Parts: sequence; C-alpha cells; structure tokens
Amino acid sequence: MADTDKQAAKEKRAIRAFDIRTIIGALLGIYGVILVLMGIFASDSDLKGGDGSSTNLFTGIVLLVVSAFFLTWVRLRPLLVPEGDDDAADAHIE
Amino acid sequence: MVLEATNNVLRLDANFVDYTLVAIYFVFVIGIGLLARRQVSTSLDFFLSGRSLPAWVTGLAFISANLGAVEIMGMSANGAQIGMATMHYYWIGAIPAMLFLGVVMMPFYYGSKVRSVPEFMRRRFGTGAHLVNALSFALAQLLIAGVNLYLLATIVNVLLGWPLWVSLIAAAAVVVTYTALGGLSAAIYNEVLQFFVIVAALLPLTLVGLHRVGGIDGLVDKVNNGPVENMLSSWPGQNLTGFESPAASVIGIVLGLGFVLSFGYWTTNFVEVQRAMASNSMSAARRAPIIGSFPKMFIPFIIIIPGIIASVLAPEILALNEGKGDGNIQYNDALLILIRDLLPNGMLGVAIAGLMAAFMAGMAANISAFNTVFSYDLWQQYVKKDRPDGYYTRVGRIATIAATIIAIFTALLASGYSNLMDYLQTLFGFFNAPLFATFILGMFWKRMTATAGWAGLASGTIAAIGVAVLSQDALGPLSVGAIDLKGQGASFVAAGAAFFVDIVVSVIVTMFTQPRVESELKGLVYSLTPKEDRTDPNEKNLPWYQRPVLLAGISLVMVIILNIVFH
Repeated sequence: MADTDKQAAKEKRAIRAFDIRTIIGALLGIYGVILVLMGIFASDSDLKGGDGSSTNLFTGIVLLVVSAFFLTWVRLRPLLVPEGDDDAADAHIE
Repeated sequence: MVLEATNNVLRLDANFVDYTLVAIYFVFVIGIGLLARRQVSTSLDFFLSGRSLPAWVTGLAFISANLGAVEIMGMSANGAQIGMATMHYYWIGAIPAMLFLGVVMMPFYYGSKVRSVPEFMRRRFGTGAHLVNALSFALAQLLIAGVNLYLLATIVNVLLGWPLWVSLIAAAAVVVTYTALGGLSAAIYNEVLQFFVIVAALLPLTLVGLHRVGGIDGLVDKVNNGPVENMLSSWPGQNLTGFESPAASVIGIVLGLGFVLSFGYWTTNFVEVQRAMASNSMSAARRAPIIGSFPKMFIPFIIIIPGIIASVLAPEILALNEGKGDGNIQYNDALLILIRDLLPNGMLGVAIAGLMAAFMAGMAANISAFNTVFSYDLWQQYVKKDRPDGYYTRVGRIATIAATIIAIFTALLASGYSNLMDYLQTLFGFFNAPLFATFILGMFWKRMTATAGWAGLASGTIAAIGVAVLSQDALGPLSVGAIDLKGQGASFVAAGAAFFVDIVVSVIVTMFTQPRVESELKGLVYSLTPKEDRTDPNEKNLPWYQRPVLLAGISLVMVIILNIVFH
C-alpha cells in the first residue's frame, strides 16, 4: 500500500467520533423514558393482567440506570484514538 | 420454518407506542451504518474493523452474532419441550469451547495475521483443503442467512400482519444497507446494541413469567406435576439425547455435543472467530470469547427458562406436551405466546424490537462473514490476485448486496420447503464436525502434511454423513434406519465419528506423505512459533481482569458450579 494511503488511513482513524457506548446509552435512555412514562400514565385497562404498568415502570427505571452507566463511562474514559497502528494496514501482506 | 403465514393466533395488539419503539431502533441501526462508513478506508477496515475494537465489544459481538432466530426460537422451544437438559448446549457445549478458543487457538488465528479461518487452513494445509473449506463455508452462510431472513419475515408477518414478501424485502433492505455501508464495524456495533435490547426484552419477560407462576417454587411445583418427566433435571439428559442408557447419554453429551460438535462449531466457525479477530490486540482477541462466555452462561436463563414457563403457563404449549396439539401452534412459538400474554404495550414494543434486532443481526453476521471469505479467500485467491486494496473493498460491498439478494431467494425456498432447509443445515453441520480435529492436529503436530489435511477432512465428513444416513431420522427421508439412533443423539454420534475418522486418517496419511518445510509453518504450529508471536508482549503488565487465562479459569469454575447447582 502506498504511503499516502496509509497517511490517509491514520487521519481517518483519528476522527473516530462515535463511540458504541454513547449509542447504547442513548437508545436505552430513550427506551427507559418511554417505558417509565407508559408505566406512570397508561391506564390499567390498556394493560394486560393488572401488573402491566409496573412491568413497564420497573423495566424503564432499570434501563435508565444502565443508560446512565454507559454515558458516565464514556465521560470518564473517553475513546483513546489509536495512533494508526501500522500492523493492521499491512496485515494482508504475507 | 414452523410459523404459518396464515396463522394469526399470535397477532400482537401492538399500538403506536410499540411501533415508535421499533422505529427508533431502526433509526439507530441505519445511523450506525452511516457512521461506521466513515471509518472504512482500507479493505481491512471493511472486513475486520481494522483490528481496532476493544475486547468487551468483540466479546459481546461474539455471542450476539449467534443469538439469531435459530438460537432464540430454537432454544426456547427445546426448553418448552424437554426442559433443563437444553442447558447443555450452553454449559457443556458453548462455554468450554469458547474458553478453549480463547486460551489455546486464538494465538494462532490472531498471531498469524490471517484474515479468515479458511485462510488459516490455506496457510497450514495449502489450497486443496482451503477451497473445500471456503466454498462449503460460503454456501452455508448464504443458506443460514436465508433461514434467518425467513424467520425474521415470518415474525413480522405473524406479529404485525405485514405480507410475507413485504417483510422479506424490507428486512433485507435494512440489513444490506448497514452491512454494505459500514462493513464489519456496523455489523458488530449493531450486534452489541442488539444484545442489550434483547436482554431488556427477555429479562423482564422471564421475571413477569416467574411472578405469574408463583415464583421459582411455583414453577417447580407446576412442572413436576406436568406431563413431561425429568424436565427440571439436566443430567443424564436422556430427554436430549434420546438414548436408553443414562451412562451412554452422559457420554454422548460430554463427548458428542461438548467435545466434538461444540468445539467444532465455536472454534472454527468464522462467523464467531471473525469478531474476535477484529480485536485491537492479541490479548484482546483472546479475551473476546472468554469475556463473551460470562454473559453466554446466563443467557439460557432468559431463553430456556421462559420456554419452561411457557410449558406450564401457555395452554397451547401444555396441550402439545400432553400430545393434544392442534397443529396451529408449535414449540417454536413458546416465546411468542409468552410475549403475547405477559407483556403490556410499551414492553411489547421493546420485545418486538429485540426479536427483530436479533434476527437481523444474525443475518448480518452471516453476510459479513460471507463477504470476507468470498472476497479474500475465493476472489482474491482464485480469481483476481494482485489488485489494489480498494478493489477488494468494492468486491466486498458487491458480494454483500449479492448475498442479500440470494438470501431473499433462499428465504423463499425455505418458506416452501422447510424440511429441506433443516436437512441442509444438518448437512453443512457435518462439514464443520471434522474441522476441529484437523485444526487442532495441525496446530500441534508439525509433521502433519497437506495431503493429510484434505484427506482427513474429506473422510471425516463422509463418516458423519454415513452415520446420519444409517440413523433413523437425521437426514429425513435419506436416513435408512439401520442403526438405532435418532434426534440429537444421532448428530452427536455422527460428529464423534467424524472426529475419530479424521484423526485416524490424518495420522495414517501423514506417515506416507512429505511434511511441509518447517519455515513455512511459523506462526501456524505451536512448536514452530516463537513465544513472542503467540503471546501479547504487554500481557504481564495487564491488570488481573485483563488476563485471558485467569479469566478463563474463573469462567470455567463458574460454569462448573452452574452445572452442579442445576443438575
């Protein structure tokens, strides 16, 4: 592989903006909020078996806790940008 | 496979909140594909995530890639039908094999810098064994991707009432969008996300189900008074093997399911190994399956236990176990019935999103493994050799799209001939059975020759097919019933035969053929690989929770305890 390509690859790696932990935290957080709201506001007649609203509420609260865990983790330990390890780019050369 | 397109007993009354939850999930899935695309600058980025991911990500992806339709529906169905003996697929099958992969085999896969499992095969044994291995793997992935897609489309059809062909095309379009854009990174990130959503769906389902049957005591009481005997004991597991003798059943489970089938599957199946290969260091690659083993040993509690709960809580499943099923409902529907009966709107949306996520991720895993083997092992090796790197990324993207289109046709085939699909899957399983024998012999015995490599594989596969044909039902109408084996027991014996024949033939052939030059085997065989190449130089400085062998030891102790507690 040409050197310029390698350089470009390094730069691309450096701008790795997104982190799977943020994504997990965001999705579970949105789900948590919706479930908590369903748990509080949905009338029991909409829900099965009588314990439906507590199912939503408890699951929602747990999801919010897990979401908070991931978002805190991202803040405390931000993604370390690997300084373009050359091994990876050369790995297919035998 | 089982669900009829016309069956609307299972229709869920999803409302707009549920649809919103599902829609949000799809926004995330496509978003991940678009974001991951920015990371793809070399073919290695596309096919192996640039070997840059941390171990907890690849570890979760390792188990999520397998957590598709076949595992979720199949294992809960087994739970509903035979009970706790199903746990052996995890505690005797998957976990020891995953630990073995991380501790013993990963140093060769990662250290030799091969980009796929078939490539390891080629470097160790030359092109004869490689071509067979790469072709059978690629074909099997197309088949399984089709089965996953079909199950996904049937779920959408049954739960939401969309026509089958609309759900087929919609599901395929989503999968192809993110895998073709972002390559393995997009697939892996979605697998990790899927893991959390499916747990968020199934854990509450299990707890609500337990609550409904009166807690653990209530479940034990009801199951013990139920129609299936020994449902709550996992050993000797005759429910699973179908063997008359308890001793034979234990041996069948430990050697057949545990040692041969599961080691063959988990240590040589590139769908799984590819995830570990995407790790950012040798020790991370070794840790991936070991970290994965911790959630893996607890997953059956939210898949198999709901199956068992369904067997006492769902009248339809109870009727099946009493032999009074009316044909509308099958064991595979156990989990869906629980979701229908127990989850309120809101959680229902999470559950639908989780199931769709799992089935999509399962299919994406097959496709991302397929495109790597197709591009590197078939196209680059045998068709167009010395092209610039970007060429192979393009080949990979085209292969992804082609594989998805083929999977749609495989799915249509599956909808017409579901038994045929089951037999084909069994058949491809037989290609897998002797692989472990050849790999492990090749990794530790430097004299083993290239001829022995393909001869062992071929004869082992033939032995497995032979046992299946002689059994009563392993290959359906092709089985002649000459020996008294059926169901899973037959598969265990077939795998055992494959292993044994492979080893014997490999040893004999090696004695009469020329071994390869030792310098070519560096990094591929234990005694010819310097210690620096198969260990991580930094490993001594790692904290204890990042040391592969120690973690594997902890995992092993935990799984032994689980086996004892839930015997």
